[in-house]
Amino acid sequence: MGDPPSDPDPPSGPPDSRRRSSQVSRRRRSRELQPTFSEEAEAEQIPLDAGILQRSQEYLGSQSNLQGWSPGAALTQQDNLMFQAEEAQLGGIEYPSLSMGLPIQPQPYLEEGGIQATRTASLMLQQLQQGQGNLFQQLESAYQGAGPDFPGLFSMYQGDDLQFGHDAPHGPYLRDDPALQVSLSELGFTPFTVEVPEPEPRELAVQNAKAYLLQTSVNCSLSLYEHLVNLLTKILNQRPEDPLSILESLNRTTQWEWFHPKLDTTRDDPEMQPTYEMADRQRALFVRSSGGEGEQEMEEEVADSPVPNVMESAFYFEQAGVGLGSDESFRIFLALKQLVEQQPIHTCRFWGKILGLRRSYLVAEVEFREGEEEAEEEEVEEPAEGGETPDSPGEEEGEEDEEKAVDVVPKPQWKPPPVIPKEESRSGANKYWYFVCNEPGGPWTRLPPVTPIQIVQARRIRKFFTGHLDAPVVSFPPFPGTEANYLRAQIARISAATQVSPLGFYQFGEEEGDEEEEGGAGRDSYEENPDFEGIPVLELVDSMANWVHHTQHILPQGRCTWVNPLQRTEEEEELGEEEEKAEGMEEVEQEVGPPLLTPLSEDAGSLRTSTWAGATSTARRTSTPRCRRPRSRSSPAARRSWR
Amino acid sequence: MDAESLLLSLELASGSGQGLSPDRRASLLTSLMLVKRDYRFDRVLFWGRILGLVGDYYIAQGLSEDQLAPRKTLYSLNCMEWSLLPPATEEMVAQTSVVKGRFMGDPSHEYEHTEVQKTNEGEKVFEEDVVVQIKEETRLVSVIDQIDKAVAVIPRGALFKTPFGPVHVNRTFEGLSLSEAKKLSSYFHFREPVQLKNKTLLEKADLDPSLDFLDSLEHDIPKGSWSMQMERGNALVVLRSLLWPGLTFFHAPRTKNCGYIYVGTGEKNIDLPFML
Repeated sequence: MGDPPSDPDPPSGPPDSRRRSSQVSRRRRSRELQPTFSEEAEAEQIPLDAGILQRSQEYLGSQSNLQGWSPGAALTQQDNLMFQAEEAQLGGIEYPSLSMGLPIQPQPYLEEGGIQATRTASLMLQQLQQGQGNLFQQLESAYQGAGPDFPGLFSMYQGDDLQFGHDAPHGPYLRDDPALQVSLSELGFTPFTVEVPEPEPRELAVQNAKAYLLQTSVNCSLSLYEHLVNLLTKILNQRPEDPLSILESLNRTTQWEWFHPKLDTTRDDPEMQPTYEMADRQRALFVRSSGGEGEQEMEEEVADSPVPNVMESAFYFEQAGVGLGSDESFRIFLALKQLVEQQPIHTCRFWGKILGLRRSYLVAEVEFREGEEEAEEEEVEEPAEGGETPDSPGEEEGEEDEEKAVDVVPKPQWKPPPVIPKEESRSGANKYWYFVCNEPGGPWTRLPPVTPIQIVQARRIRKFFTGHLDAPVVSFPPFPGTEANYLRAQIARISAATQVSPLGFYQFGEEEGDEEEEGGAGRDSYEENPDFEGIPVLELVDSMANWVHHTQHILPQGRCTWVNPLQRTEEEEELGEEEEKAEGMEEVEQEVGPPLLTPLSEDAGSLRTSTWAGATSTARRTSTPRCRRPRSRSSPAARRSWR
Repeated sequence: MDAESLLLSLELASGSGQGLSPDRRASLLTSLMLVKRDYRFDRVLFWGRILGLVGDYYIAQGLSEDQLAPRKTLYSLNCMEWSLLPPATEEMVAQTSVVKGRFMGDPSHEYEHTEVQKTNEGEKVFEEDVVVQIKEETRLVSVIDQIDKAVAVIPRGALFKTPFGPVHVNRTFEGLSLSEAKKLSSYFHFREPVQLKNKTLLEKADLDPSLDFLDSLEHDIPKGSWSMQMERGNALVVLRSLLWPGLTFFHAPRTKNCGYIYVGTGEKNIDLPFML
């Protein structure tokens, strides 16, 4: 519409009223006013000022444009005023706020209405309470039917006006209607001659305005009219607090909703597919026990199950502030249970989580049952042997070429350093086997045993894990292996350096000839001390000497037990080359590391271990049992690893 | 993370392994409420925890109505008594850049750093070894400031800018959709934009000025310094910073839950380009 909107002064009646009228009709369509008016409205008998009446006239004049009246509405003059005021309330967002605290139902709208409007509102509401409730039903049948039939003086006038407006434009002589003139003179003012908008142009203007609003946008099939209807419906349904301040956001949301309708229930949401798949997989974790295995389960529970009590450890770790969350811990517990069922496992432990770039690893430390593991070892060794054979034909060809060439290419005298053999499984760095999976519910993959050269190289590089076991590790110095090997090497280093327990928790088994063994070999087994009585928390926190390592230290060579690399095996001696033996003999010192069960106070690097004062307070408050967790605080297993 | 939804946020951010013990959580719930009242903050964020050798620092930040205004930072050793930290200045950052290693955990600890200073006296030039004392509090302030400037994250749409300037929380933010949540461009740095003006006009034409007024994460150097993962079977997006390891940002797509927390040693990962 061409009229300027939002004029805050009430006296500028007509333009606002015109706009309001169309708004009113719209709103009437969409809302139902519940007349829950208070009794207080009845008490107020406010005399009508002339000013009010004048304004009312103007409003009434505008009602000629309204098409929401159905015949049969029995409205008195006060009803009319009520209707106008209601109109004023509904349309008058720009009205100054009220200072009257009338607890009338359309409260938010009241705040924006004029004071006079409220007063008339009280009267109207009173009228409504007296049984004129059919007004609202009529309100809702907008744009229909002929004009209403007003018994009241003004209303009669108005009704006639409207009726005439609908049927035939007979503007001028309405005012000359003798019946009406009498009524007008009773009221004592000259009303509509002052200013009466022509019904036809008015109505035409409104129709034009509505047609304009109904036109659809070029981009879509949504018209402004429909959008405003949706928006106002939404606001009226949801009744948010302070709707004006969130108007823009609501506008945006409504528009968005129009273009993104909710999918039919018969179709699947494509975005959520991977989520549902993962949920299905995890569901399988929970439902494992179903399927007629009830009896077997009972037996397993009675016997010592290799599945660790993850929830109990998680509880203790949580006291220290380390943990993955209780439901994640439970899922890990179920995943470990699944692993135990799949593999012949003797003991199992949740080692921890290693964060990667794209995916993370959950690591389980297992020990196989006696004899079970050999079958799997053979598979691992076969590819190693296959790799050795191509070397010898290469050497023979090289010698032939030398004879043919005129210029003898000097033979390189560099021999690669001897490969240090990896440790046997169940000993040293390969004491345990490790399984990894990316998420609980995913498949468990076994990591290959670690070789000393891998440990040595892993000490020299720092790389992130990507989350895929077969990813290459591109680094300098080059790492011999894939991410699986690097992961295994890091796990070996972490386990060797950080697993600690209180002094006295573990002790050496009694074996004959302990002290006579070579200094380098050391003891490599320990057992739990049945007489361990626990150390008070304060002492554990104060001094590092009360904590000992219970895993073997990895020597610079990359193994836990030292092997002289220059000791030739039988095969190499057969190949001859005694000359080189004499040349390459170097004095190799035996590498010695701290023996098992060394206290932490002997650790090099003072900053690497720290007691945590916070843990002390926690431990005092929660009376933890004597057996403290044998885990180092400086690198809890759940921390990102790149050491 | 918002102190209002502390428990849920801690649960969602627990995938990184470091969190809070139950007694700390309980103390935080109470004490952050009191901090909000005493300092008259509009919103209180629990920023995180810096691990020290002897003790840890728990850090909280208070925001006013304007989300991008300078924040007040508080620290505590026991999650109950909070002390206000001074705002960070350039000199502080420069001064503490020479300190390496872990935090001690004792706010009154002073690092000693020997500098060789040349002083001119007349014609002679003396080289003196000056021992500079740097307080751990200063170091704390500058580290927190650096982390905030470098890696504080907020998803697109969670804040909106009004025409008058202040930045407000968007109350109708319903969360990113799943496809948007997997893109690094839907996440912004929660700090004054630095690179926005470098965008070409063509790029700027597509931006919505009320929502896209911050730097996006996808232009961070080095590329790949953010690790994005879906946890809990696609129900949670977790962004971890590789430049400041320990910073975790989480967001549950299609919900309002989002936040970041830093639990770490307070050391920048300078080896990042080699580690990628």
